[in-house]
Amino acid sequence: MDKKVISGYIKNITAIMVVYAIIFYLIQIKVINNYYNGILILAGIYIIVAASLNLATGYLGQLALGHAGFMAIGAYTAALFAIAVDLPKYVELVAGLILGGVVAGIFGLIIGIPALRLRGDYLGIVTLGFGEIIRIALLNLSFTGGAAGLKGIPRYVNFTEIYFLVVLVIAFLFAFIRSRHGRAILSIKEDEIAAESVGIPTTFYKVYGFVVSAFIAGVGGGALGFYQRILDPKKFNFMFSVEFFIIVVLGGMGSITGTILAALALAFINEFLYSIDELRLVIYALTLIILMIFKSDGLLGRKEFSLIKLLNRFSKKTKIENAD
Amino acid sequence: MSLLKTEHIGMTFGGLKAVSDFSIEINENELVGLIGPNGAGKTTIFNMLTGVYAPTEGKVFLGETVVNKKKPYQIVTMGLGRTFQNIRLFKELSVIDNIKIAFHKDMSYSTVSAVFRGKKYWKEEKEIDIKARELLGLFNMEEDANVLSSNLPYGKQRKLEICRALATNPKLLLLDEPAAGMNPQETKELMETIAFIREKFKVSILLIEHDMSLVMGICERIIVIDYGRVIAAGTPDEIKSNEKVIGAYLGQ
Ligand SMILES: Nc1ncnc2c1ncn2[C@@H]1O[C@H](COP(=O)(O)OP(=O)(O)OP(=O)(O)O)[C@@H](O)[C@H]1O
Ligand SMILES: [Mg+2]
Repeated sequence: MDKKVISGYIKNITAIMVVYAIIFYLIQIKVINNYYNGILILAGIYIIVAASLNLATGYLGQLALGHAGFMAIGAYTAALFAIAVDLPKYVELVAGLILGGVVAGIFGLIIGIPALRLRGDYLGIVTLGFGEIIRIALLNLSFTGGAAGLKGIPRYVNFTEIYFLVVLVIAFLFAFIRSRHGRAILSIKEDEIAAESVGIPTTFYKVYGFVVSAFIAGVGGGALGFYQRILDPKKFNFMFSVEFFIIVVLGGMGSITGTILAALALAFINEFLYSIDELRLVIYALTLIILMIFKSDGLLGRKEFSLIKLLNRFSKKTKIENAD
Repeated sequence: MSLLKTEHIGMTFGGLKAVSDFSIEINENELVGLIGPNGAGKTTIFNMLTGVYAPTEGKVFLGETVVNKKKPYQIVTMGLGRTFQNIRLFKELSVIDNIKIAFHKDMSYSTVSAVFRGKKYWKEEKEIDIKARELLGLFNMEEDANVLSSNLPYGKQRKLEICRALATNPKLLLLDEPAAGMNPQETKELMETIAFIREKFKVSILLIEHDMSLVMGICERIIVIDYGRVIAAGTPDEIKSNEKVIGAYLGQ
């Protein structure tokens, strides 16, 4: 590890802690009231799930239309676990989230293996059907609370928990993408035949990338349950999956920072449009169409917003200004 | 021992027999040309050799091993590299990432090492960064390392694709119409590049080409196919005067 890398880490960690401290302080002094705090937490969950979808769709290039299903699996698994056991809060939280992710990942594996062995967009159809099956199953099973929903989930997630969960997920995704595994995943989106011809086991990486994506969506779902304290199966419908898709497209396929911006924006817009729920998706669709016309690769395209680069540019500028 | 050998391989698509009874043997340090009119079955042969299609008849040997059922990524690790008739670069990735992807199979650090940026991650990433830049340097492309590969001029895109295939460390390199779409100047440079590759990397080359001057100029041995069958094989001089070949090319 050279110095540049270490100083990069330090800058990033400092920025993460400073942002956390500021928001935390604003919550304490009630500048950010409970209402906005709630939106922020939901935005965090959106970021996690949308980023996981970006891995599958933006980086791996596979159309996935059932991420609400993976979320639901993660949410119910984590919640049922926390209700069943009696352990310290953070043990239940961490174990619940991991368990939710693992079960969602297993479902990802089960539908990913047959659907991803084939070339073409079979995955889109399969995931769409999968999401609906999960929702209907949850409506009808008794141990999940059925249509009445699952109640009595402990509240383990607040701003602090969701903030650091988002940081963890984003850091993981960045490190994963910028490695040989990430390059293999990118090469598949670019050209599957070429990737295979230079030694990339494409089927393996398609399934692997998709399972990781399902895992993270499951973790996001778990966090949702631990925040809302109640799970309603009707929430995890096709439109919910589509919302994540819209976030990914808006932010830019293959841009994690774009996803973060778009998820934050959508979480707030969502709240303001709450009163006209029927029109919400129409407005999204229109936004998408307008964006596609004027900037077809999303807000950030494939670029990443980098605080370090920005700071460097800034410090260079001031240095030059100081020089004269 | 031969690098590559096929025994009577054939490929049928539905009712169409694209290739039949194709046998070939390629040894170390050879440069063999594969020519034939449009639709003769040349690319189909490449696809059978590289595992894109499993031959419907016959056997493909790499060394001693039958590779009929192997996947393309497994065949690459056995020393067969290729390029494509219609260039297939990772367009939205940089030149150097195109090369690094081809080094994937030589790397072994795990996802955990990648995520926690372990020792092995840094070591292997540093190694391939050096190797990739060296390789680009050999082709006078080190300056282009960070350019998006789709932004390269056409001739360089072809070169990068060959470069990427070489990064997989092949013993035999299959080039599918590398001169397609090139002007005479670029074609001349390509001939020099091919000669350089043979010298530097000690690879054998199987070359599909429409440009007769190129094939006749550099191949020691030429195989001509038409309608999926071998109609002639021999030295450039023998091929030039072969009546069947003249017939196939001039459509008699
Ligand atoms: N996947 C496929 N499915 C069906 N038919 C195919 C397939 N691939 C090739 N063919 C057919 O097989 C025949 C041989 O095609 P091939 O691409 O091997 O020819 P070629 O010699 O490479 O021609 P060219 O010089 O035009 O590249 C053609 O008739 C082609 O249409
Ligand atoms: Mg061809």
